[in-house]
Amino acid sequence: MGCGVTKSNHLHKHTTSTIRAAILIQRWYRQYVARTEMRRRYTWNIFQSIEYSGEQAQIKLYNFLGYLMDNFTPSSNERNLISHIFRENEVCRDAEWERFFCYKNIEVPEIYSGPHLTFPLTVEEAVGLVEAFRNKKQLHSRYVLQLLLETWKLLRMLPNINRISTCHSKEITICGMIKIFFDSGEKPYVFNGDFVDRGRDSIEILLILFAFLLVYPSDVYLNRGNHEDHIVNLRYGFTKEVLNKYKMHGKRILKLLQKIFSWLPLATVIDQKVLVLHGGISDSTDLGVLARVDRHIVRNQHVMNLRRRDTTAWREYPLTRTQMWTPQPSAGSSSVGPLSRIPNPWEPDIASKILSRREEPTLNAQINKPEQDSLFLSTDSGSSDTTVDEWKQILDLLWSDPMTQDGCIPNEVRGGGCYWGPDVTEDFLNRHNLQLIIRSHECKQEGYEFCHNRKVTSVFPSSSMTGFNRGAYVKLGPDLVPYLIQYQASSMTRELTVRQSVGRTERSALRVLREQLFAHKSDLLCAFRKFDSENKGLVSLNDWASTVESVMHLDLPWRMLRSQLVTCKNSEGTIDYYEWFNELAITGSKTDVRTHRLLETLYRHRSTLETIFRIVDTDNSGFISIQDFRQTWKLLSVYLKMEITDEAISDLAVTIDSNHDGSIDIDEFMEAFRLTDKKSRKKRMEGMEIKCTGTSY
Amino acid sequence: FCLPEAIVLNTKVLKKLKGAFQAFDTKSDNTVDIKEIGTIFYSLGFFPTQADLQTFTSEVEDERSGYIHWDRFLPAMTKVLLEDKFPPISDELLLQAFEVLDKEKRGYLEPEELTDYMTKEGEPFTQEEMDEMLTAFTDEENKHIYYKDVIPHLTLERKM
Repeated sequence: MGCGVTKSNHLHKHTTSTIRAAILIQRWYRQYVARTEMRRRYTWNIFQSIEYSGEQAQIKLYNFLGYLMDNFTPSSNERNLISHIFRENEVCRDAEWERFFCYKNIEVPEIYSGPHLTFPLTVEEAVGLVEAFRNKKQLHSRYVLQLLLETWKLLRMLPNINRISTCHSKEITICGMIKIFFDSGEKPYVFNGDFVDRGRDSIEILLILFAFLLVYPSDVYLNRGNHEDHIVNLRYGFTKEVLNKYKMHGKRILKLLQKIFSWLPLATVIDQKVLVLHGGISDSTDLGVLARVDRHIVRNQHVMNLRRRDTTAWREYPLTRTQMWTPQPSAGSSSVGPLSRIPNPWEPDIASKILSRREEPTLNAQINKPEQDSLFLSTDSGSSDTTVDEWKQILDLLWSDPMTQDGCIPNEVRGGGCYWGPDVTEDFLNRHNLQLIIRSHECKQEGYEFCHNRKVTSVFPSSSMTGFNRGAYVKLGPDLVPYLIQYQASSMTRELTVRQSVGRTERSALRVLREQLFAHKSDLLCAFRKFDSENKGLVSLNDWASTVESVMHLDLPWRMLRSQLVTCKNSEGTIDYYEWFNELAITGSKTDVRTHRLLETLYRHRSTLETIFRIVDTDNSGFISIQDFRQTWKLLSVYLKMEITDEAISDLAVTIDSNHDGSIDIDEFMEAFRLTDKKSRKKRMEGMEIKCTGTSY
Repeated sequence: FCLPEAIVLNTKVLKKLKGAFQAFDTKSDNTVDIKEIGTIFYSLGFFPTQADLQTFTSEVEDERSGYIHWDRFLPAMTKVLLEDKFPPISDELLLQAFEVLDKEKRGYLEPEELTDYMTKEGEPFTQEEMDEMLTAFTDEENKHIYYKDVIPHLTLERKM
């Protein structure tokens, strides 16, 4: 119908009512698409802010571990636990490592249907690996270890900063993350970090990356990202993925990966003009310094050297921590006008937020005697100041974000690195005789963004976690003018309609958000009561929104999300907040206030707790002893400034050790939350489904 | 000529507008990109046509900078609210519209028919919009668009 008919015929065919009908439908459809876009944006914001707050907690965890190092007493029980935790960080001789990672006695059984690898690796085998993974095969642990060993050997030869040059015909491609479009031609690729923690197949992606690195060593360049870090991996799921997929040899694989990550180069410079790195820079970034550091031991050194401080320095411990995040005040930066979201780092209350504590730690810490050093790292160090500076240099490289205002301030949102302004870019580029910075680290909805007079380009792939933003990568020719190629996410999104993919992602984002809200119930309750002077259990919609905003510290459009988060509502536009908490509740009827608070706190900090447990569980067995559990919890409670009696902890420990064998299964412990959550979540979902689009999967 | 009863917006409505505006104020300087105005309108529950959006934008844009400042956005939006300028399209109306297009009253439309109407009449769709709409609406098995089923699934409640 309508084929080959000219426009004038159309006008005859279609009456006014038809035209009006068409316009109406168009209007309505566009409105629908725009609303979907809006929801997509919120969902993305939710994930981002929660991810950032996760990263922030990550840095707090580092601080906590450093705090542990500094503040235990020689005579206390905690010492054993702490040495237990940090035994991980011992530096072995290379030969010892090679023995530990020996794959030679791992047999590949006949029935194994996955890919086989021989070394040195061939291009066909690398390509075959990609095919195999596409067909959902898993690489045998023997080959994994072999592949990783070869990778490690290669990476150790590489400098901290890769240097490549474009020849007259070569183009360099810079991807935020791996995107499988290897041609058979020799085109250089730079991968800009965060290869893992982005989906369920992180290990496969890593293996492919390393395989191609081995096969095309002069064409594949890797930059380290902030997720190439074993403690971050513990939190964000990569560790679990590996342990699940490789039940027998997972621990070894993880240890080897830990070493490999620490050996990843920090940045790449193209034609001495373009700098490619994962996060960004600060006003103190010095490529000369960075080129010289021992990148694989810098973090351990940092932790080590904090211990070496003398008495006077210990009193300044909190200040040293501040110096980690706060650069020297530069001229003009304090005169920056009020920034709406970024606080002034030199205000006293912000400073105290950054510091862990100023008062005497309740562990009755004294200064550590030098002989304790033997429990920890045995390497020597340079002057402690240099090492702190080196650590900061690397941290800035991997964690920083650009901002529109001039200056350089600590990155409060992430908890590490800094925010740097266009003046810092200008200065940095001039000092190093560069012309452009290409970085990733931040999820951009369009996949890319220019800033700082186009001297900084952010490029980000689509995240399979959310799977719906557009991704982008950069191509750079000899003229060094970057051009960007944008693409839509994975094939999964193409199959689902716009409505479905947003719906699914939105639901998971909202679920995470509800969990966060519940975890803050006590604070929210307190705050609500302030608005509810007559004690009716009701607050207005507006008061609800402003309360949630101030308690949660998550930068989200709460008013617009309200209808998704609060399904009970009174007709006069008020919210019965007790009823709302019931909606969110995960623990059922626990009348004991004290236990409830404890559980709530446990729940809120469960990621941190889980990470700590997994650190304590040094042999990755999945179990920790009751003793360790008690001590860990006690330390954490001190650090979090919570008051928990020994009795309460013991009770908790005993309850969790359900078979009374003196050890706690970490997974079971965490699952206890998820299980109860699952039940009520299911109910909530069912309720939501009826209201929502009615799509079922 | 009579004065409208409520000239001043109550705080609730004001906060709602502010919230919608701020969601797109990516530079935190109280401006939004004009390209986002449509989305802001829709998120608040209004159904302007493209022409309506153009008119609105030309009245409030900051000297063709590509941005709209809150100070100009608010009074213009207030007017929109008071005059109830872009009312929503009810399900019934939408159904009638589809039925007008479905001349033979089959209860469905063919993709080609819908494409014909959407891309040639009114404020025509781009190819991308058309593709997306077809992907979203077309029944997998017999490739028809059963508009009666589609309407309730895709209607979102008006937020105001």
